[in-house]
Amino acid sequence: MRDDALSGGFADTPVEAARAFRAALEAMARPGSIHAVSGAAAPEPLSVAAAVLLLTLCDRETPLYLAPGHDTEALRNWLAFHVGAPLVGPREAMFAIGGWDALAPHDAYAIGTAEYPDRSVTLIVERTELSNAGTRLTGPGIETEAHLSLPETEAFQRNARRFPLGWDCYFTCGDRLAALPRTTRTEAL
Amino acid sequence: MTAMQHDPAYNFAYLDEQTKRMIRRALLKALAIPGYQVPFASREMPMPYGWGTGGVQVTAACLTPEDRLKVIDQGADDTTNAVSIRKFFERTAGVETTEHTVQASVIQTRHRIPEAPLTEGQILVYQVPIPEPLRFLEPRETETRKMHALEEYGLIYVKLYEDIAHNGAISTAYAYPVKVEGRYVMDPSPIPKFDNPKLESAAIQLFGAGREQRIYAIPPYTQVVSLDFEDHPFEPSKADHDCDLCGCGTSYLDEVITDDAGGRMFVCSDTDFCAARQAEGHRGRLSGEDAA
Repeated sequence: MRDDALSGGFADTPVEAARAFRAALEAMARPGSIHAVSGAAAPEPLSVAAAVLLLTLCDRETPLYLAPGHDTEALRNWLAFHVGAPLVGPREAMFAIGGWDALAPHDAYAIGTAEYPDRSVTLIVERTELSNAGTRLTGPGIETEAHLSLPETEAFQRNARRFPLGWDCYFTCGDRLAALPRTTRTEAL
Repeated sequence: MTAMQHDPAYNFAYLDEQTKRMIRRALLKALAIPGYQVPFASREMPMPYGWGTGGVQVTAACLTPEDRLKVIDQGADDTTNAVSIRKFFERTAGVETTEHTVQASVIQTRHRIPEAPLTEGQILVYQVPIPEPLRFLEPRETETRKMHALEEYGLIYVKLYEDIAHNGAISTAYAYPVKVEGRYVMDPSPIPKFDNPKLESAAIQLFGAGREQRIYAIPPYTQVVSLDFEDHPFEPSKADHDCDLCGCGTSYLDEVITDDAGGRMFVCSDTDFCAARQAEGHRGRLSGEDAA
């Protein structure tokens, strides 16, 4: 148990976090683009990509919500050692992690305020499948159109209608990640 | 590319990791809300405010060891500011630097967009002095924040209208306000309005204002419209000359006083663009005299 919690972080944090962030930045700037990341190994069920995102973006200043399925003792211990983020409920969270259904209800999260729309949650959605197929994406960051295998489209359409309020999403699957900011318009095919 | 090492006395890219995480979170929210100014806890940097502390912090948060960095000041690679920032990152991040736009993966700029079209995979980082486009019209931050929230941009149109009433044309020549993706009015930093059409780009554009503690962004392929009126459409303008060194008639020009008898010349503000054209054999009005 303790060995599990102590290992699996970045070996060379400044450089590995920099590379991981560039992947996260490119993903958010170009919705639907899929990027591979590496350098982290967290206890099940956290994927490599989700672990990399947490190591790169979260610290003691970012309240984190673990959705059912991800709220395990092994993972809590790992996060306490490597990230140090306070664990909170959905409403107070700056980051939330879990499967799409486990994160429900998706209206429970902070979507920012009219004056500070940036004070909103970033959802890290663990997926068993991530590919450039399915839902059609258009909007900022996309030249013509992109495609991404989303769990559904209705919740994302509702989220986009609230712009400039809303939450933003990362999707993680194994060592790959993609992102969907609130500006992206989604259309089921 | 791994031949260069950063000075081990510094953390990679100077900033500590917690600061970088804070800036990175702000950058991601800035991309998610194009044109909106995200507050961030700007740090003291080892250079004075006004020398690009905001841009330097954004660059530091984005750099990887594999990057190749270009820094320009008003289009020039060889000014004190640009040289100093390049040296700063050569030492603290060990990254390679370049003066060629096409070879750079990260470009930090003060007040210009390079002439060569930017591509996917490139990041343009702007140094921003005053990020708030409404600041000179309304000094209170509480009020300008409310105006952005309510999309209340009447005041800035009044300013442009007064330009026309007084001068017959919109006289704002730099830091010309734009509307991003139909929502937020944004200050593109003091770039000449000649550069405004290039804000719609394939590259990622990030803006850092160190003293004012704001970060904002324009994702690739995002709609950026310069504010104007139907009967006074926006016009990107430049000096009505050709470059005296490379002969280019379409690039943005600097006017250089050459003597105390009224002599002057016009040269490309983008030094890399001008040098590349001269290397290709293009010649301007004064290149003969300058040839050594």
